[in-house]
Amino acid sequence: MALIKHNAVAPAELWTTLAADQPVPATGDVLVDLERWVSEGEALRARADRVGVLLQPDDDVLGLEGTLDGLALIAVAFPKFTDGRGYSSARLLRDRLGYTGELRAVGHVLPDQVFYMRRVGFDALELADGKSADTAIAQLGEFSVTYQAAADDSRPLFRRVARPA
Amino acid sequence: MYQYDEHDQRIVDERAAQFRGQVQRRLAGEITENEFKPLRLQNGLYMQLHAYMLRVAVPYGLLSSAQLRALATIARDYDKGYAHFTTRQNVQYNWPELEDVPKILDLLASVQMHAIQTSGNCIRNTTSDPLAGIAADELEDPRPYCELIRQWSTFHPEFAFLPRKFKIAVTGSRTDRAAVRIHDIGIRIVDNDAGERGFEILVGGGLGRTPHIAKVVRDFLPYEHLLSYLEAVLRVYNRYGRRDNKYKARIKIQVSEWGVEKFAAAVEEEWGHIKDSATALTRAEIDRIKGRFHTPSFEALPNEDLDALALTSDREFARFLKNNLRPHRVPGYTAIVISTKPKDRAPGDVSDSQLEALADLADRFGLGHVVVMHDQNVMMPNVKQADLKAVYAVLEEWDLHTANAGRVTDQICCPGLDFCNLANARSIPVALRIAERFDDQDYLDDLGDVSLKMSGCINACGHHHVGNIGILGIDKAGVEAYQLMLGGDPGDEASLGKIVGRAFSSDEIVDAVSTVLDTYATQRESADETFLDFYRRAGLDPFKESLYGTD
Ligand code: SF4
Repeated sequence: MALIKHNAVAPAELWTTLAADQPVPATGDVLVDLERWVSEGEALRARADRVGVLLQPDDDVLGLEGTLDGLALIAVAFPKFTDGRGYSSARLLRDRLGYTGELRAVGHVLPDQVFYMRRVGFDALELADGKSADTAIAQLGEFSVTYQAAADDSRPLFRRVARPA
Repeated sequence: MYQYDEHDQRIVDERAAQFRGQVQRRLAGEITENEFKPLRLQNGLYMQLHAYMLRVAVPYGLLSSAQLRALATIARDYDKGYAHFTTRQNVQYNWPELEDVPKILDLLASVQMHAIQTSGNCIRNTTSDPLAGIAADELEDPRPYCELIRQWSTFHPEFAFLPRKFKIAVTGSRTDRAAVRIHDIGIRIVDNDAGERGFEILVGGGLGRTPHIAKVVRDFLPYEHLLSYLEAVLRVYNRYGRRDNKYKARIKIQVSEWGVEKFAAAVEEEWGHIKDSATALTRAEIDRIKGRFHTPSFEALPNEDLDALALTSDREFARFLKNNLRPHRVPGYTAIVISTKPKDRAPGDVSDSQLEALADLADRFGLGHVVVMHDQNVMMPNVKQADLKAVYAVLEEWDLHTANAGRVTDQICCPGLDFCNLANARSIPVALRIAERFDDQDYLDDLGDVSLKMSGCINACGHHHVGNIGILGIDKAGVEAYQLMLGGDPGDEASLGKIVGRAFSSDEIVDAVSTVLDTYATQRESADETFLDFYRRAGLDPFKESLYGTD
């Protein structure tokens, strides 16, 4: 599972994903679900090691409003690449909640989706098993022009450049 | 005709290059068919029964002569000499080889065309009124707004993996000829009481398994907010539309399950956050897009006496003048409908040489472009009335002169079991038999406007629910059968057809259509009562009786 950060291959990281009923270990970086982060945030923030949230497609990302301090990572799960809810979650995190920390796509993340993922605000991509990081990095720059505003640029094309009349 | 600028061009060029890479990786086995599927689908490439099918986008149906020639080249070099016009104002090819598709995309890009988002669960080609730009009852030409939507939706990064496909239609006229009420989003250009220009937004229409007529979610949207409002609708749909069942994943189901009030409130809430963002349109940007359409300038001409022309012409040309002309708001001009439905051809099929003939005609007599219509015909929108005779002579030479526009044999028909792997029944052979049976043009003219629409399965690509006569292919214990519906209409008084009774076998269906037409012809109040008016007055009963007897 190659990890790409800011358009380059990054060293693998060890995060333990905790099930809802699994106790929080004393040490080590952990990913918790949205509900646990919201309800146990204070205790989680007191840990020495890092804590991140793993968002599922049907989680309401706006539930993170006001709780972003102390979050080391937000991972957005794509159980199937055809489930596009995570794109809206990312967009809302960046544009609506003003999240500036690491936003990582995880799960069925394929090279051919990464261009869209980068545009909605993902700065880290954990590719699906066996997928080529080189292909994915090449795809990140597949298009040199985009029409619409997104998390990477709040202006649509006609406000970025002077388009000819 | 919208002219690409360098940015538009770069996007389609880079898309062709990207797909070339994807095809190479597929052929090399680097990606599985399952992973390739959504990529090819987003380039309009389907796997059909016998071969791949490529769907090319024709934004709002508008084609230049150069584009027609490129389509002809593709038909000749990469298909069996045919292109097929669809009910979404697009063009399909039924026989391309996978290895050739990148070359086809390059050729398309060279004439400012593409296959972007012509399939897949994304925002599809935005359609419009075939009479856009020439209709007398038009408030404003809808196509610049279609183009704004095309650009906004092209590779929209948030909406590439929606629950299901998503279709938008825009009309600028009081009379709806764009079927906005059967689209995921229908947009009507309107003025409010203060005389300001804006849009009425309808959401949740669609055909398929559970047909719905769209509901108004906002009766007036100021023009500058068009794209932010669409973004809000799409976001509410992307986040909360059903994904558990393919047949419940269209936005029409979300709107009907939530109720339009709840849906509209969710959109308003979302829109409130983004309406004043940089996505807001400016007058200058709209004017810039309008300017790139290079609207043709018309000559000051007198109206010709077309009735007199018809009286002094041979019967077939006279019939053509009566049936295939559509009014143009500029004096001395007319639009003509070129029927793709002669007796012996599958509706919507046009050969490479016919496409080239159309291109030449458009250059000589049509200000350089044509429009693909929802009913799979082609319109030349800007013909001088004085040129009609010359145009007809060329059409006749190319067998493009069938004078059946609006008549029963001007039928809509999906590919059906001959091509489509979802089909229950064949549709093209039935259409051909109908065309053969009803070849008495005087009888057809006496019946007047009757629309017949046929789908080979419940997915309703042939829009059978909104045909005055609708035919749906079903599978009856392994045997092809056809259900007959009556009373559908896609326009302002949009209505869905009702099933008359038990289904008919393939042998019976053409007789059944004949019985329906005769029932109307003998029982209508007068020749002025159209088929649809008769149905709306008399209901299903007279048809039931003549089809099934009184038992
Ligand atoms: S209606 Fe059914 S048979 Fe016809 S093209 Fe659509 S999916 Fe195929």
